[in-house]
Amino acid sequence: MKDTVLVLGGRSDIGLAVAHRFAAAGHPMALALRNAEDLEAARADIALRHDIQASLHEFDALDTGALRGFVESFDPVPGVVVSAVGAMGDQAESECDPTAAALVMRSNYEAPSQALELFAGRMEAQGHGTLVGISSVAGDRGRASNYVYGSAKAGFTAYLSGLRNRLSQTGVHVVTVKPGFVATRMTEGMDLPAALTATPDEVAEAVFRAVERHRCVVYVKPIWWAVMRVICSIPEPIFRKTRIGA
Amino acid sequence: MSAFRTVELAGWGRYPRRPGPVAHPRSVDEIATLLQGGGIIARGNGRAYGDSAMGAAATLDLRRLDRMLAFDAQSGQLVAEAGVLLGDVIAAFLPQGWFPQVTPGTKFVTLGGAIAADVHGKNHHRDGSFGAFVDWIDVMNADGKVVRASREEQADLFAWTVGGMGLTGVILRAAIRLRPVESAWIAQQTIPAPSLRHAMDAFEAADDALYSVAWVDCLAKGPALGRSLVITGDHARAADLPTQYQSKPFETPRKRRLSLPFDAPAAALNGLSVRAFNALYWKRGQRAPRHRLIDWDSYFYPLDAILGWNRIYGRRGFLQFQCALPLETSETGLAALLSETAKAGQGSFLAVLKRFGAQESRFSFPMAGYTLALDFPANARTFALLDRLDAITLDHGGRFYLAKDARLAASSLHRADPRAETFRNMRREAGLDRAFASAQSERLIL
Ligand SMILES: Cc1cc2nc3c(=O)[nH]c(=O)nc-3n(C[C@H](O)[C@H](O)[C@H](O)COP(=O)(O)OP(=O)(O)OC[C@H]3O[C@@H](n4cnc5c(N)ncnc54)[C@H](O)[C@@H]3O)c2cc1C
Ligand SMILES: NC(=O)c1ccc[n+]([C@@H]2O[C@H](COP(=O)([O-])OP(=O)(O)OC[C@H]3O[C@@H](n4cnc5c(N)ncnc54)[C@H](OP(=O)(O)O)[C@@H]3O)[C@@H](O)[C@H]2O)c1
Repeated sequence: MKDTVLVLGGRSDIGLAVAHRFAAAGHPMALALRNAEDLEAARADIALRHDIQASLHEFDALDTGALRGFVESFDPVPGVVVSAVGAMGDQAESECDPTAAALVMRSNYEAPSQALELFAGRMEAQGHGTLVGISSVAGDRGRASNYVYGSAKAGFTAYLSGLRNRLSQTGVHVVTVKPGFVATRMTEGMDLPAALTATPDEVAEAVFRAVERHRCVVYVKPIWWAVMRVICSIPEPIFRKTRIGA
Repeated sequence: MSAFRTVELAGWGRYPRRPGPVAHPRSVDEIATLLQGGGIIARGNGRAYGDSAMGAAATLDLRRLDRMLAFDAQSGQLVAEAGVLLGDVIAAFLPQGWFPQVTPGTKFVTLGGAIAADVHGKNHHRDGSFGAFVDWIDVMNADGKVVRASREEQADLFAWTVGGMGLTGVILRAAIRLRPVESAWIAQQTIPAPSLRHAMDAFEAADDALYSVAWVDCLAKGPALGRSLVITGDHARAADLPTQYQSKPFETPRKRRLSLPFDAPAAALNGLSVRAFNALYWKRGQRAPRHRLIDWDSYFYPLDAILGWNRIYGRRGFLQFQCALPLETSETGLAALLSETAKAGQGSFLAVLKRFGAQESRFSFPMAGYTLALDFPANARTFALLDRLDAITLDHGGRFYLAKDARLAASSLHRADPRAETFRNMRREAGLDRAFASAQSERLIL
């Protein structure tokens, strides 16, 4: 029997696509999310399409005090844990409302990092397991239009990198996934450039392959790696004046 | 919340085409909100050829409602949302020994589209249409309320919605019956029929076969008029498979997919190439082995192997013509339709003839007799030819398939089918005509 795969943020379009991809390969699935009962139709669909077991778990990543109990409710610990938790927020609102900013920072950085850390501890104890964090290219460089979200993703990316290095001798592997634009609920209604925009299924395929091949950091469309190399190499005084910086 | 955005809309024939607002709702609640403006039509996977799935005011694309909800392995009943594709049903359940009871010639249709058009398959003469295997549907009405309809409860709504072309409400979920099968293979028989009479005889003789269809060389004239390859099929039993497949009866070899991403120049499809294609197909068919095993995908969905094949007709698109004729007038009617087509020399890559069994329904297309489907590039000569084919159909007491239509005149529809008037009155009285309307329903005054 294959390892169970747990997706945190199971309602997200990317999280669901990841669930279908692993289920298609025969993995039992667990989906953790807020208001879990709403997702019954999607759960049944995953189970029926792929002829596997699938379960729903109530989970709020911001409920810090409850995280340990949540993580311990899995026995055995899932073989793979993927975090799709995140929130885009509204940049303008975050600039004038610290509470709104805190929610974006916590949802993208603090909450998923803490949840994955607790799973890391249990995987370390048993000597195997894979953790996947869905971060973002937005964390590679701060831009005027979304630096609250971007900085939180930068924090998450750095956290995943540190976690990976800490666990390097333990049999536990950590994958950082950095999608560029993805057509999901999060970006619905935005005008995204088609050539740079991935589907949730493409993200899922990248996650699946990265887990199988023990990759450390993956971009979702290969072009994004190149785009981000260029963006990161522009000196700050110049970047400040460009359209991309905005 | 999904909102309306204007995009270019067309059916599979890519004629007509026009921009219109489309939303992609994710939930039942969103649909209820989006319905409020009126003039809405539900859209499945856009495989109807003409303007059936183009909203009069706006269109709801239901492909996000694509979850399978429950399956009962005792009865073979699948409960699923309307946007689930038939191909996904096959992918999930054929490995467990189940196949759709009725399937059209493409697996890229949604359950909602299959119910709304009450589609038929190659087994209509034996089993009837898709609707015969629908146990119940959940339909959203004009007020945004969800009503469960079946043959027992809300029987009128059920009867009008199956075959109602989306004009009675939005189908949200359905319970459909699957067929138990022993393998993924079809035992196929090819019968060359040198004339229309021979083809019809072959159909009558093959009444026992679960599936039957004929591919007609619609350019043949004179005594060869209507020469066809009649192809029958039955689900192969596991014991009938070659030994290497018996242990894994649901596995079939993987195929390469071709795709046609660009528009072919219209000239690629002139009368000459069609003639060559038809002649070649006929020759090959005659030489082909009479009996063989063929995988389900190649048997039911040969065109699906070429993704985007509708572009072969170029940017102007193409038109399908499909009518059904009563048994009594079938032979003369088909002969007249085929000679008119052959005379026009317009060519049709695909001319498909099929025997229909009896069917009683409120507004569905099939009736006991024969159905003929032809396709043509969209141009002025085609429009003129189609008017003549309409007239022949009317003279022979036939009716037209709305899932294929893009240009029929309202007067022709209403002359051909008195049920259209009843359907329209029912819609008026129930207040459905304001809420649900397609470009087609406006053109045809439904
Ligand atoms: C290659 C090919 C072969 C075909 N072969 C056959 C065949 O053998 N037999 C046959 O019968 N047909 C055949 N068809 C036609 C096709 O099966 C029908 O047009 C079918 O309705 C398409 O389903 P769809 O999901 O694409 O629906 P669409 O084309 O998107 O919509 C078709 C109609 O269904 C309505 N509809 C769709 N979803 C819903 C919903 N959820 N609630 C209410 N109304 C809805 C729409 O309003 C519209 O009136 C074929 C089409 C192609 C392209
Ligand atoms: N879409 C893009 O262009 C893009 C690009 C790069 C990276 N990403 C990242 O990809 C991931 C998935 O996003 P998506 O695009 O699929 O959008 P999404 O549907 O908005 O997904 C975000 C998910 O995070 C969940 N979530 C937020 N806070 C939570 C909490 N406290 N506890 C539990 N779950 C919580 C949300 O759950 P609720 O449904 O309960 O709100 C939601 O399902 C996110 O991390 C996102 O930042 C997206």
